[in-house]
Amino acid sequence: MSEKKTIVCRCEDLTKKEIVEAIQEGYTDLEELRRKLRIGMGPCQGRVCLPLVKRILKQVTGEKVKQESFPTFRPPLVPVSLGSLAKLKVESKKKKQSKDQE
Amino acid sequence: MNEHADVVIIGGGVNGCAIAYYLSKLGMNVSVFERNYLGSGATGSCGAGIRQQWSTKENTELAIQSVHMFEELSDELGEDIEFSQGGYLIINHTEEELAQSKKNVKMQKTLGLDVSMVSVDEINDIVPVLDVNGMDSVGATFCPTDGHANPFKTTFAYAHAAEQLGANIHTHTLVKDIKTKNNQVSEVLTDKKSVKTRWVVDAAGAWSSQIAKMVGISIPNKPFRKEVLATERLEPLFKAMVISFKDGIYFSQQPEGNIVGGIPIPEQRSGFYELPTFSFIQHMSETLTRYAPALRDINMLRHWTGYYDVTPDARPILGEDSKVRGFVHCHGFSGHGFMLSPMVSRMLAEYISNDKESSVLKRLRLNRYEDEDIDMEQNVVG
Repeated sequence: MSEKKTIVCRCEDLTKKEIVEAIQEGYTDLEELRRKLRIGMGPCQGRVCLPLVKRILKQVTGEKVKQESFPTFRPPLVPVSLGSLAKLKVESKKKKQSKDQE
Repeated sequence: MNEHADVVIIGGGVNGCAIAYYLSKLGMNVSVFERNYLGSGATGSCGAGIRQQWSTKENTELAIQSVHMFEELSDELGEDIEFSQGGYLIINHTEEELAQSKKNVKMQKTLGLDVSMVSVDEINDIVPVLDVNGMDSVGATFCPTDGHANPFKTTFAYAHAAEQLGANIHTHTLVKDIKTKNNQVSEVLTDKKSVKTRWVVDAAGAWSSQIAKMVGISIPNKPFRKEVLATERLEPLFKAMVISFKDGIYFSQQPEGNIVGGIPIPEQRSGFYELPTFSFIQHMSETLTRYAPALRDINMLRHWTGYYDVTPDARPILGEDSKVRGFVHCHGFSGHGFMLSPMVSRMLAEYISNDKESSVLKRLRLNRYEDEDIDMEQNVVG
């Protein structure tokens, strides 16, 4: 399969070719590569692409990628609407109030 | 053999890399030491906004000059930093705030800034999604030349341009100690090598006080964990960054379409706390959907933390130390390091290379805290 057509990061629509090119440009740190290309900044936060990118990085540079250089997965685990997050606070406040009344 | 550099810069954020670039351009031999990767500190987690609307003259001057530089930066450095000017809309909620805004606008105009007061009715002309009643707004100020750039790409662009001019940038290298001789900086020791030098720039952001301590200098900075969230990508909704000093909120839509913003949490305290809080998510979502109710059904994707390196007057500490010669302060940006970086870095480079000290630089030296009367920057968010 052509590298140009192989999608590695589906959220940010990145092909293997784009990733290989960025590594060859000198972005050999997984975190820097992520910030350059936005790998792992979409809805799945890199659950699909990061292990693949790690492997590509090893292939291109010939060096093992250190586990500690793996980007942090940020909360929330899955996308949540702002409306429900905002409402949560109101509900917990109400709960606290009703508890106080008891 | 001992290595030598004209200047050693500690910290590979936007300011460290920019100083490396301007010094290299002036013909100096520079080494940068970054303990992690480039942009791993505040630069890489910031809200990416560029604002010129300040309450103090120093910040306004530095910001206006920085914006002029940002306008040319992609061309100068040869890499796109994604600079765009959608303006900053500052929401006012009380008559007192309006009065302060009028004062600020007057001062900003004397410095040549294109800024104006905006009535409640005009707010939606600038940002249609805002609910003027929900925000409880009585007016606003707007500066159309404020804007946004990509902090990662700006840092990388400065670093690459510096390297092309001969700078040595070492990532994943920890500075262990700084040696002095007769109150003059003489050598920097790292976990990989040591470098003889007469100049050290402390551009270590929230960790600057640990660096200053190595030469016996105590600085008043405190680290504050700040949190930022990003929503999913949306079609273009608005161009301006919206901020409020009363609520502390700021948010804008990035070129990719994500809405990115932050707000302080009520239980804020200083210290190195890296974990994000649930309190922030609740507080931010509640305030953001009050400002822009249409965003209720939009998904939040991610949430991260970074540090503000905060000084007592919320203004940076810049310039050579008065006691340890060759030790240059470049920290304490209090949340505004990215937006001020072009001008600050160029001024410090000119000081180191040509002994040229601008009047702004003089007014932002560390020893200003010895005076009783310090001008406090009021316009702070996040």
